[in-house]
Amino acid sequence: MSFETKEHAKQYWRENVKIMLTLLAIWFAVSYGAGILLVDALNEIRLFGFKLGFWFAQQGSIYTFIILIFVYVKKMNALDRKYNVQEDEDQ
Amino acid sequence: MDVQTLTYLLVGLSFALYIGIAIWARAGSTSEFYVAGGGIPPVANGMATAADWMSAASWISMAGIISFAGYDGSVYLMGWTGGYVLLALCLAPYLRKFGKFTVPDFIGDRYYSQTARTVAVICAIFISFTYVAGQMRGVGVVFSRFLEVPVNTGVIIGMIIVFFYAVLGGMKGITYTQVAQYCVLIFAFMVPAIFISLLMTGNPIPQLGFGGEVAEGGVYLLDKLDGLSTELGFAQYTEGSKPMIDVFFITAALMVGTAGLPHVIVRFFTVPTVAGARKSAGWALIFIAILYTTAPAVAVFARVNMINTINGPDGAGALYSEAPSWINSWEKTGLIKWEDKNGDGRMFYAADGRNEMKIDRDIMVLANPEIAELPNWVIALVAAGGLAAALSTAAGLLLVISTSVSHDLLKRNLMPNITDKQELLFARGAAAVAVVVAGYLGINPPGFVAQVVAFAFGLAASSFFPAIILGIFHKRMNKEGALSGMVVGIIFTASYIIYFKFINPAANVSDNWFLGISPEGIGTLGMILNFVVAFVVHKVTGDAPEDVQDVVESIRYPKGAGEATAH
Repeated sequence: MSFETKEHAKQYWRENVKIMLTLLAIWFAVSYGAGILLVDALNEIRLFGFKLGFWFAQQGSIYTFIILIFVYVKKMNALDRKYNVQEDEDQ
Repeated sequence: MDVQTLTYLLVGLSFALYIGIAIWARAGSTSEFYVAGGGIPPVANGMATAADWMSAASWISMAGIISFAGYDGSVYLMGWTGGYVLLALCLAPYLRKFGKFTVPDFIGDRYYSQTARTVAVICAIFISFTYVAGQMRGVGVVFSRFLEVPVNTGVIIGMIIVFFYAVLGGMKGITYTQVAQYCVLIFAFMVPAIFISLLMTGNPIPQLGFGGEVAEGGVYLLDKLDGLSTELGFAQYTEGSKPMIDVFFITAALMVGTAGLPHVIVRFFTVPTVAGARKSAGWALIFIAILYTTAPAVAVFARVNMINTINGPDGAGALYSEAPSWINSWEKTGLIKWEDKNGDGRMFYAADGRNEMKIDRDIMVLANPEIAELPNWVIALVAAGGLAAALSTAAGLLLVISTSVSHDLLKRNLMPNITDKQELLFARGAAAVAVVVAGYLGINPPGFVAQVVAFAFGLAASSFFPAIILGIFHKRMNKEGALSGMVVGIIFTASYIIYFKFINPAANVSDNWFLGISPEGIGTLGMILNFVVAFVVHKVTGDAPEDVQDVVESIRYPKGAGEATAH
């Protein structure tokens, strides 16, 4: 066991899952939400030549996906250091 | 120089580059052959993953499909990118920490069962062969149109090239070749897109251009296309016509399927660390998104251009005798057909009775530079780009097949006593056999290549994805639960698809579909079923053994991740 205590292991995992679920909620909201379920309502709004719902379905969701992954990378690296379970530097 | 000579030159140069890299990056051990020794930097791995992922279908067909489907085409854009979020957040880091070579390895070890391993191997091989046949066919089509050699000769040339660097280099050779192939394919996709965006909207960035005004000013490009579509009897381009529930289910099946595809997952075994696996998925998505956000722009440009060329600027139909040369050259390949129904010598394209054209969606990318009258060297680039996309994906899939045979089937199942050297020999042999089978399928394509793609995603979504997720996030999940979940998920999804696609294709209309879900989207329901069955069976049969639960605990944090090992 690399954690100092069993309690630490539990906390680490709980925080990990929380980060993951928060980001997945955004993932769901931009694609299934804005791009599919709410597309008709959002299409009433214009972004230059784009109807907003259409833009989310073909552009916006993809940009958001990229941001989500890099936010995850950053948060998880910080979490690993907090509980001292990051990989050794030389790797 | 004419287009023909330029095409030969560019394709020849790119092939020489791939072979050169293959010789430089030969594999010496099974670890190098399977996962490149786990030593690929995340950025390079991301680029290779992107090339591996973007197949002939993404490169040649996707913009065309969107061009004809409009908003409905979004299922592919969101589905094939959103899966990477699932991969990065839910799968990649944990599988990397687990430190094995293949997906069946994980399934077999996590669920302490040879049966589970065997089921996983069969799925992996089936999914990969389905895919690879389509790639070889893509190679053949590009060769026949651009280099004017018969499709079969094209497939054989493609086989020799792939054989050379997949069999010799294994994962190490493939990865570095794919980095080069990514550069070729993205350059060849972007250059025409930027040119056309400039021509049509005055904006060099296609992603912004298709939301801008047309170059003559006054009207937004998308509004113009919506107007044209309505006039010609099509649904509005930005609205689409599929029912919402089907769009939802197809998107989900593609996303989850992406995250469950063995040739994508194995990519995350090739990076040195768990942190690297997380980051690598992000890089992969950036490189994929460059193409995936450009494709919908290309779709719009190509459609407006095509309608204008065929129906003429006044919308009365252009004279066939004055048609641009690309119409004739693509007629020869059978991808465009014109039938002068009203005998006025003019072409006309519409959704209703006025229509006189049959246009294959694949030409929207392949002929796009010609339609927009771009310089010869840009047209020549398209051949090199399409080939790079097809070859890189084919190589990645062949590797999964050869690994499944030599590692999962022989080493871990039938002949556990073979040495590393013998295993490597078997891996190379299996790759060689797989290349030949794939080539045969490319020359004699089963009539259903296009249909089975839905199959591959549906199967991956309804089998692997739930089993892996439960394996990581539900540590008490046992083999009975996981196995029965996989079996029920696969059987349900496969029967639905086989019934509508092969047994009774006439009934394949939305009225007959369960809840209005098409066979393309049914994998989502199969996945849900898999989860439910797994939970119920687990409740009845009790928890996984303690030692397995301890292993699951240990993959949940990065510390101590070494190189991927066989045991």
